[in-house]
Amino acid sequence: MTRRRREAYLGYALLLPALVVFGAFVFYPLGRNIYLGFFRNPPFPNLPKRYVGFDQYGEVLGSSDFWNSLKTTVLFALYTVPTGIALGLGLAVLAHQKLKGIAIYRTIFSSTVATSVAVASVIFGTLFNPQVGLLPSIGISPNPPILDNPTWALPAVALVTVWQSLGLTFILMSSGLQAIPDELLEAAAVDGATPWRRFRQVTLPLLTPTLFFAGVVGTIFAFQSFGQIDLLTQGGPLHKTNVLTYFIYSELRLHSNPGTAAVLATALFVITLALTLIQLRFLERRVHYVR
Amino acid sequence: MGRVAFESVTKRFGDVTAVDDLTLEIHDEELLVLLGPSGCGKTTALRMVAGLDDPTDGVIRIGDRVVNDVEAKDRDVAMVFQSYALYPHMTVRRNVEFPLRARDVPKEDRDSLVMEAARSLGIEDLLDRKPAALSGGQRQRVALARAIVRRPAAFLMDEPLSNLDAKLRVQTRAELVELQRRLAATVLYVTHDQTEAMTMGHRVAILNRGVLQQVDAPQAVYERPANLFVAQFVGTPPMNTIAGEVRTGGNDVVVHVPGGRVTLPAALGAAVRRKATTRDVVLGVRPEHLVLGASRPAGNGSAGEGMGTADGAGLPATVTVIESLGHERHVVCRLEDGTLVIVRQAGDEPVPSVGARVSIATDAEHLHLFEATSGSRIEP
Repeated sequence: MTRRRREAYLGYALLLPALVVFGAFVFYPLGRNIYLGFFRNPPFPNLPKRYVGFDQYGEVLGSSDFWNSLKTTVLFALYTVPTGIALGLGLAVLAHQKLKGIAIYRTIFSSTVATSVAVASVIFGTLFNPQVGLLPSIGISPNPPILDNPTWALPAVALVTVWQSLGLTFILMSSGLQAIPDELLEAAAVDGATPWRRFRQVTLPLLTPTLFFAGVVGTIFAFQSFGQIDLLTQGGPLHKTNVLTYFIYSELRLHSNPGTAAVLATALFVITLALTLIQLRFLERRVHYVR
Repeated sequence: MGRVAFESVTKRFGDVTAVDDLTLEIHDEELLVLLGPSGCGKTTALRMVAGLDDPTDGVIRIGDRVVNDVEAKDRDVAMVFQSYALYPHMTVRRNVEFPLRARDVPKEDRDSLVMEAARSLGIEDLLDRKPAALSGGQRQRVALARAIVRRPAAFLMDEPLSNLDAKLRVQTRAELVELQRRLAATVLYVTHDQTEAMTMGHRVAILNRGVLQQVDAPQAVYERPANLFVAQFVGTPPMNTIAGEVRTGGNDVVVHVPGGRVTLPAALGAAVRRKATTRDVVLGVRPEHLVLGASRPAGNGSAGEGMGTADGAGLPATVTVIESLGHERHVVCRLEDGTLVIVRQAGDEPVPSVGARVSIATDAEHLHLFEATSGSRIEP
């Protein structure tokens, strides 16, 4: 055996464990999911399901339920991602100072990392509660209550999500800021730039890879959010918080319709994949960190 | 352009005093080199002028203005960083233009000023490139162009040549001097490289542990170092130092050194007499002022002025290492007590052999004398 061949075999051998794990837990379920979408479930349980090919894909993806759910999901992402990044960046800039005791603030700002979605939902669910909540106690008691209000339910769930992910965003932004050499900002200061100009023309451009990463990852998280919807609104009121993940869940568990759920899951997968590919492309191109 | 002055400036970081009561003035149109080993506070001093660090105490002036409470952006100085600190996401043009934009200079003026700066540093062809696509030397020029583009009151340079290779450094050194003269610029130049200090500075200020040691023209610093630190920091190889003890008796003042004794010249001897307390001294001699001679029989110590005059013998020593640089040679010798002494020879002088017994001599006029305890120079 030549050395080249030996190395090739060794390479495949080393890849094998990863391939087995991914195969069992990612590729097989994915293939299986796409396959499930080809079968229509009977209207009553215990009857045989029927192969319908792409018909079901066309039906589900063309339905107004799907488009409404997608719209809700996109809105949810629009509510959560830019707000989250702006707040995270703001806090990171505030905490990026050489001040005594600043570590305390850094700890506070990043603390929601240690909070689970469930805990955050319970906290905010209590705050919003029309009987025992904080809002009614300070005189804000909308009718219907916020989480039952078609206008405010989605923003409220978005608020929980922003709060819960703020710690992570803060840490991301802080590390992005730390990667920018102090000297560049010092040079800009000596060059006569105001703090605002330094932020806009030096910090922000050098932070674009971090911002972009946070944007894409945040969007993916938003598209996959489930816990807070399930705990706070169950997709309601009037389907106003029926994001894709919750739609999938309700099709599968509440309406016992694995076929439809599989189609929706595949759609969610394709969207997430597209976002990831965009991110990879973009990050590859934007590597201007060389000093 | 303008002058820059430190008046009793002290900077402390916690318990560490980085700059200790510094009083120093950089004259208008002067290139003053702040020289010292790493950690001596020279960069801190520079950063205080730039407004990047605040003095704990004292006053800093740029021109006639006290700038202690003036923000960096309003100080009207330009700084060249050791790493150049070019904005990586901007083209060379935008980098050079940045200080002008920050001051809201109108577009037409900006264009002509950028071109002028670029031309004077020979980087017109690089204007549309990003810093990552430039060599070290080119980046350095861009950093300089960015500094000169708006004609600041003073230039601050923090080891601007240290990231260049040796050949480019020598070339850029000369160009910087030329640029300074052409712009009639006031420059505060920080370096740890004494060659840069000697070749570039109108005056050199030597800093050690935050304390100013001496300020003078390079040649004066070399010829009359104010203390042992300056004596050994300036000059390569450094000045030789030999510990000795003063004996006064009769008319002469004699310093006993390992393996012999040295009679001080009358004026220097008188100075030592005046400092009645001084017994322990250090003799200093530059390597180029030492002469190697053949060994003399023991007990034939020097009787005349200096270490071995024409009639007397030098100090006995053994050759331990010979470093040849081609045009010159450094002969490292060991005195009787183990003190190492370097003798600089021209390349065409006869080569001594390692292990040979030799005698080391000099003329009295080349002797430097320092107090052992304080390290300060004893002047005739």
